[in-house]
Amino acid sequence: MKILVQIKRVIDYQVTVRPTADGRNVETAGVKMSINPFDENALEAAVRLKEAGLATEVLAVAIGSAANQDVLRHALAMGADRALLLETEHTLGSLQTAKALKALVAREAPQLVLTGKQAIDDDAAETAQMLAALLDWPQATFASAITLADGVATVVREIDGGQETLQLNLPAVISADLRLNDPRFIKLPALMMAKKKPLETLPLAELGAVEAPALTLEAVNEPPARPAGRVLGNVDELVAALRAAKVLS
Amino acid sequence: MSVLVIAEIDTHGLKTATRSAISAAAQLGGEVHVLLAGENIQGIALQAKEIKGLSKILVADSPEYAQGIAENLSPLVRQLAADYQTIVAAATSFGKNLLPRVAALLDVAMVSEVTQILAPRRFVRPIYAGNLNATVAAPVGQLVLTIRPTTFAPAELQGGAAEVVAVASTGDAGKARFVSRELAVSDRPELATAKVVISGGRSLGSKEAFHATLTPLAEQLGAAIGATRAAVDSGMAPNDWQVGQTGTVIAPELYIAFGVSGAAQHVGGIKDAKIIVAVNTDPDAPIFKVADYGLVADLFTVIPALQSALKG
Repeated sequence: MKILVQIKRVIDYQVTVRPTADGRNVETAGVKMSINPFDENALEAAVRLKEAGLATEVLAVAIGSAANQDVLRHALAMGADRALLLETEHTLGSLQTAKALKALVAREAPQLVLTGKQAIDDDAAETAQMLAALLDWPQATFASAITLADGVATVVREIDGGQETLQLNLPAVISADLRLNDPRFIKLPALMMAKKKPLETLPLAELGAVEAPALTLEAVNEPPARPAGRVLGNVDELVAALRAAKVLS
Repeated sequence: MSVLVIAEIDTHGLKTATRSAISAAAQLGGEVHVLLAGENIQGIALQAKEIKGLSKILVADSPEYAQGIAENLSPLVRQLAADYQTIVAAATSFGKNLLPRVAALLDVAMVSEVTQILAPRRFVRPIYAGNLNATVAAPVGQLVLTIRPTTFAPAELQGGAAEVVAVASTGDAGKARFVSRELAVSDRPELATAKVVISGGRSLGSKEAFHATLTPLAEQLGAAIGATRAAVDSGMAPNDWQVGQTGTVIAPELYIAFGVSGAAQHVGGIKDAKIIVAVNTDPDAPIFKVADYGLVADLFTVIPALQSALKG
């Protein structure tokens, strides 16, 4: 069984993000980029399923410019067998991404597609569900546990106030939550091995029509700053201030 | 053209977040209708009739809708969508699971987690966990939106007189089965919706110290406990306690950060708290820049002092 894992290259989670000077987008020049953290959980889950003998191949896929080779190498070092860059200079919206992945699924015939529950740049949390809809496959979003047996995925999902368990007939799409696992640290030998693994590039246009409506980003602003705070002298002053603000009884 | 709000039902009835979605829908203009899909929901339909601003309630009462399975609900919404310009739901785990599936079936680029409606096709939504706001425009055609329930006041539960109409089930898609649901029963509130949250960073030192230091204060305050990514990464706190861009985004009345430096991704997750308190020995820690009140002090002396001050 093949597992396709979609990963996204995003601004590293430790970076303080800022709008561009014209306020039309997010500044990415000279900014550290990394794999989306939730996609690392998805990759880790896929690699563990392969290590458990439940999958035969893990294919990592990124969509974007040639710069995405770094996150794909990271995926290979984590244990993916093969990496594929769907190359485009355009920034794709969720529906466009889902359509591109649908076309790729037709070529690669995976039984399971895994991805992060959301990307930490646009926080949309849409692609997995959209792909499942386009493929007419079942979906499990915000997964915190996955078990596979007899063509069925049993998935524990994080929901408001708790968890629920679903069973999906494979093939299926699953999106990973942070609780799914702790992604492994990459050791040097794994990094060296990753350089020998195949990393293929395919122009996105070659996948055929992935035309889809998309949102237009008009402006990016910093939210209003919080008013300046006060440093207090001791705990009694703090308790008095919190009682005055009516957040403590 | 009318707006269809997809209702969310739980064991207590109609979720408050759905009434927030109805308020947001009312801002778009046109009639507001709501879809109630579930099993044995006639009582909830009667209750929903009273909601102010609602003109029609579509009731799909059938066992395949009992557990909110997206594979069963999405064909129903797609079929009903033909009569609507806009489909709206609250950005809860239910809405976030269902609406993208609906949007793809309708070939619509959806807008998620809307916090402000500027014009019928222009919206503000937070990106980078609220560190930035994006203004986006949706193309012509149908609209599919989820709205962040905390930014739209719930529609009132009185003054309405909606018409109730039954709609036929589209059946069981047969792809996904509900097995079980476990809702957390804890003495302490849930992190995402708690009114008070206290959190700790790596300077707590160990897993044992993290729990032993924060738990008694959390119980005294009726607070949920959060943690920084660094504290989670070093094994001091479980993953689901993580507050920030890669964890849970929260907006409590009171947030107290003990030994938290204030990394960008953490601050992004607490920005909407009403009052932020920071306790840290480092006066230059970035957390003080967003705090309303700060104490430059050792958390291990502040916490016992705070506990006795609260008793008094």
